[in-house]
Amino acid sequence: MKNEQGHHKTGKKYGMVIDLDKCTGCGACMVACMAENNVPFKEDETNKLDNIMWMRVYRMSNGKPFPDADICYIPRPCMHCEAKHGHSPCVSVCPATATDYSHETGIVSQIYTRCFGCRYCMAACPYHARYFNWWDPVWPEGMKNYLSPDVSPRMRGVVEKCSFCFHRYQLAKDKALTAGHREIEESAYQTACTQACPAGAITFGDLDNPKHAVYKLKHDPRAFRLLERLGTNPKVYYVTDREWVRWMADNYQDQEQKAKG
Amino acid sequence: MDDSALIPKGVKRCPFRQFALWIGIAGIVLLWGVYAMFLCWFKGLNQTNMNDAYGFALWIWADLAVIAVGGGAFFSGFLRYLVGKDELKNIINYAVLIGFICYSSALLILAIDVGQPLRAWFIFWHANVHSMLTEVAFCLSCYFAVLTIEYIPLILENRQINKVPFFHNLAHNMHEIMAIFAATGAFLSFFHQGSLGGVAGVLFGRPFSYREGVLIWPWAFFLFTWSAAAYGPCFTILITKITEVITGKKLVKDNVIELLAKISGWMIITYTAAKLIDTIYWAAVTAPSMGFTIDHFFGTSIYGIWILGAELILGGIAPGLILISEKGRKSPFGLWVAVIFGVIGVSLNRWVMVLQTMAVPVLPFEEWYLYIPSWQEVATTVLPVAYGVILIMISYRYMPIFPQEQELNPID
Repeated sequence: MKNEQGHHKTGKKYGMVIDLDKCTGCGACMVACMAENNVPFKEDETNKLDNIMWMRVYRMSNGKPFPDADICYIPRPCMHCEAKHGHSPCVSVCPATATDYSHETGIVSQIYTRCFGCRYCMAACPYHARYFNWWDPVWPEGMKNYLSPDVSPRMRGVVEKCSFCFHRYQLAKDKALTAGHREIEESAYQTACTQACPAGAITFGDLDNPKHAVYKLKHDPRAFRLLERLGTNPKVYYVTDREWVRWMADNYQDQEQKAKG
Repeated sequence: MDDSALIPKGVKRCPFRQFALWIGIAGIVLLWGVYAMFLCWFKGLNQTNMNDAYGFALWIWADLAVIAVGGGAFFSGFLRYLVGKDELKNIINYAVLIGFICYSSALLILAIDVGQPLRAWFIFWHANVHSMLTEVAFCLSCYFAVLTIEYIPLILENRQINKVPFFHNLAHNMHEIMAIFAATGAFLSFFHQGSLGGVAGVLFGRPFSYREGVLIWPWAFFLFTWSAAAYGPCFTILITKITEVITGKKLVKDNVIELLAKISGWMIITYTAAKLIDTIYWAAVTAPSMGFTIDHFFGTSIYGIWILGAELILGGIAPGLILISEKGRKSPFGLWVAVIFGVIGVSLNRWVMVLQTMAVPVLPFEEWYLYIPSWQEVATTVLPVAYGVILIMISYRYMPIFPQEQELNPID
């Protein structure tokens, strides 16, 4: 849908703010995400280059020796980039229109049944948020009964990624319509990782809605985004008191840091 | 078995037994590749050593490289039919055959490389006009059709087939209108060669390959087209020379080779100058604005700064200078060195634009990604080479590929 100026009317812009000073790196968000979204796993998950983790917690280090050594855990879902004109790095390159940028929600979705596995989107994503199904999913005995009926499992040869638990948005929307509400309440649509985080480090909501907590948090002077200078315009913000994390997150070189003070 | 009735008149070929033996040897390699191909199709891409960091790997490099060196077909056609370099009619058949092999190989590799081969047609059906890969798919398929049309008259000129009046007339008429196909091929090639550069050049999430540009086209788009036109003829000359060594015959006159070599030399020199300017601008302006320095991109021994030097100096300046100098291109040694360095140079360029792009860490907490292809990947990459050898052997034996062969090798 377009307005008079020819621009897309952005209904909502769902996004996340993650407080890195609260994150302990426990991995509950990863586990919750996998369970919620029927993410397949292998018997041996040690090779992180061919396993699937829509939400992955990375570890950053300031590289200094004791006593100045410091580390930071940085959870990384899909950034649902908007980039310029809504052309996310991955959406614009997909040759079969198998990934889409929703102007209604700001969510980048993956159409599994249309993806033919060229992996161009993976090459385009600087966050490594996209995963290829190198194998067909194999569920341990009995586990099929516990898969979520709201999320379709993926087959071998297609790409998948974090959807900001889009099925929860659909359910919340249906509920709101049934109840006669026009708006989905902030609490009605929350991602699995947000709810699973024991430290409350993840906040989720509409980044453009002043009533939502994320709106205020993204304006925090300590807020930043990963690789902002690439121009991907991600919808996942991070907050931290630690300056070195903020510098490192956007690959600021030493001389640039000095110049910026 | 005697196949002399199929061999063009006035030329000599090796005994059939010898021919069959070499076809058999190449056939074994081909079967090895076909076996690996079926493994990939039936068991999936887990047969490769690709991973989520290295989604594009050996195959995509091979694809880009064969398309680049296969550029000799469109550029020779452009020079022969549109610019009017008439001498090139003596090498155009071979350039078309080499191009046909390269492009059919590229399409085959792409068919193996996708995770869901049965859905490969979605690229046409659900085409995303913003994607460079869509442009590649459309132009590549159309140009392959053009190459097929250009190759068909050669088949029809086989001694026995040509006896059939319909085929004789068809071949004649196709030759008459070949300029139209050459022009179509040049037009399509401009776009798909460029789009392959665009595939890497538009990746603004990958500062190593990202290039600014004009309108929707990154500079890499134009550099890829230019380099294919520059180095494609090098590959045509190289394969011609290899064929001459193997057959022990001179097949194309020196003036033809020298003309193509001279044009290729000037194209390489101008391309290298443009590439140098592009590299300087990228290293000084584009990459730093994204938070990266040139040191960051060349941080390992495998992907050291040497690779850039090798590409520009050994693969660009050296062959270019040899080929533009009369003495250089007239010297057999100079010509061999120049075309070999040229082919390696353009292949190296495609290598870094695919594999180094994947290897360079972008996130601040990443390390360099390195990858070694599995045997299935190697076998399927060797497959097109074996297929090409077989097709060249059959075409050379049964079709009048080289119009000057009879004159250069009279039979007593």
